[in-house]
Amino acid sequence: MIPRHLMIGVAAMLALALGMSVYVGHMRGRVRQTETPVAYTHPVSAPVQGPTEQVTLYVAYDDPGVLRAQAANIPLPAGRQERAQELLRALLGLYLDKSSSHSLGPGAEVLDVYLVDPGLAVIDANDAFADGHRSGVLVEELTVASLVQTLAANIPGINRVKILVGGKERETLAGHADLSCTYDVTGVSQMVAELQ
Amino acid sequence: MAAILLAAVIVVSGGPEAKRLSVYSATANYSLPVTEHNGSDYVGLLETLEPLGSASVRVDGRVWRLRFNNLDGEFSNGKTRVRVQGQAFDLASNFLLENGRGLVPLSSLPTLMQRFLGTPVNFHETSRRLFIGNVAVHFTAQVNKTIPPTLVMYFSSPVNPMIATEPGKLRMVFTHEPLVPPGSQTLTFDSAAIPSATFQESNGAAEIAVAGPVPLFARFSDDGRTITIAPAPQAAARPAQSPPQPPAAPPAGPVSQVPLGTMPPANVTSNPGQYFAVVDASHGGDERGAALSDQLAEKDVTLAFARRLRQELQAQGVTTLVLRDGDTTLSLDQRASMTNVAHPAIYICLHAASQGSGVRLYTAMLPTGGENRGAFLDWDTAQSGFRAVSQTAESGLAAEFAKREVPVRSLLAPLRPLNNITSAAVGIEIAPPAGKAADLNSPAYQQLVAEAVAAGIEAVRDKLGAAPGPAR
Repeated sequence: MIPRHLMIGVAAMLALALGMSVYVGHMRGRVRQTETPVAYTHPVSAPVQGPTEQVTLYVAYDDPGVLRAQAANIPLPAGRQERAQELLRALLGLYLDKSSSHSLGPGAEVLDVYLVDPGLAVIDANDAFADGHRSGVLVEELTVASLVQTLAANIPGINRVKILVGGKERETLAGHADLSCTYDVTGVSQMVAELQ
Repeated sequence: MAAILLAAVIVVSGGPEAKRLSVYSATANYSLPVTEHNGSDYVGLLETLEPLGSASVRVDGRVWRLRFNNLDGEFSNGKTRVRVQGQAFDLASNFLLENGRGLVPLSSLPTLMQRFLGTPVNFHETSRRLFIGNVAVHFTAQVNKTIPPTLVMYFSSPVNPMIATEPGKLRMVFTHEPLVPPGSQTLTFDSAAIPSATFQESNGAAEIAVAGPVPLFARFSDDGRTITIAPAPQAAARPAQSPPQPPAAPPAGPVSQVPLGTMPPANVTSNPGQYFAVVDASHGGDERGAALSDQLAEKDVTLAFARRLRQELQAQGVTTLVLRDGDTTLSLDQRASMTNVAHPAIYICLHAASQGSGVRLYTAMLPTGGENRGAFLDWDTAQSGFRAVSQTAESGLAAEFAKREVPVRSLLAPLRPLNNITSAAVGIEIAPPAGKAADLNSPAYQQLVAEAVAAGIEAVRDKLGAAPGPAR
């Protein structure tokens, strides 16, 4: 005959083990949910806080195929290089909006902008920027002109711009616009004048 | 450690080419992957039969039952004995069941296909090409002793091979066409410019390699039934027997960049005027360009436009060379080199886009830098001495589009290879007439655009002929 207290003890331990299993199962489910990769649809928002400054963004409009100068107030840091990065991030933020006039692929981002003397700016965009870009001469030209002109109009002293993708040189943006060259700001300004 | 190194080498080198089987029939031509098991080549039987009729499969444990049209087949995993409509026979090696897929040895495929289809089957086992019924495409080849000599190849059905040029030969690879060898694998011709052509088959494809001591071009006509191969325009001007020229010493510094696999203009005899216009159908081969719609690739639209434009230009007496007259991969440097070697009065590259409407004309936006040294032009800014004549051509084209009420814009663009061209150079991006991408394929619209371009070139022909030389 098994003593009564032993039976109660075993039953309590079984109930505890069962409860623990249910709890562990529940926790594992939550962990799995958290680990599911989330679609990355927006660039990292500008970490800059504080007073805003008025800048001129050159925004592409696909429908008439033009580039328009547009005033915007964005917070900008003090450093030249950081300002350049924030400017382009703000510009790409417009293009990543659902109602954008010139939409870019999801996850398109400017990783870095390097200002190299004398007068050379190097824009390093991520792979999603080029891989997700629509293909066409005009649509690619608008993107290039928008980036270069926005940078040149707001950061004094830039007269040449090179665009890299994922830290590497690409032949074209999406089959058309040349990315193997270094852009001359004067030449781009002529192009922009025709696009306005 | 050695295994890891070997695996790393294989990964880095991309590994060996995957084995393929090509099946040619009156219903469909298609290609399937071939896998290796226990030293034998295997192929999925259901995938092979599916394009040819109604096929379904039921798996009962180790038994795989296939129904094709009204015929039943029974296969057992790990056994050679199979039954088709109750008749038993043995495969060359065991039938394999892999994740529900029934794999049969490749060498037994002709027997199985014959039994299921009831049609004669011809299998080229070493090259893995299976011909079902009488589908073979034959060809003949002859050299016309014109100046320059041309090799004309006639095919019994339209063909669209991938074309690649290599030093000493032009290769045409036929993956979708049931091309069969002529009487002899090697054809010899009594011509110094095109001495021979060889036919060979491997890995589900056929290849014709045309040998020639000078660079060769291929042109399609008769809806793809005729391919004419001739020496490249500049090469044609040189005697075929002439000994190869030693390469010119490159200038000091990175001034003149000469692309690999092409001849630098300074190295060849000048023969200006052979072609007045060079038309370049952008993209091609592996590079599809923009996806204009689910079915429409930019490379196909530009090729159709290029052929139509050549017809229009030639009707106006403008001798025209189409750079890409087939589904060929050409790099931007190759396109520029071939154009510069041909010394045309005008270069036109064609693009197509689904955005917007009408036509956009582009002249080169030149990058920074660029320093010419003597006769050697900087590659990236070679167009700099020809901008004025390019703009003249662009104006002529714009005027003709405006006359025909086709919306037109003239823009600068960072669009290669416009900046590498040493003649008038204009890019044309053709958008649909009213925003519907499918209209890009409309013969009426293509004709309208082609006529406008041809008329525009004709209108400024005299000015283009007097193109100024490069700025020194």
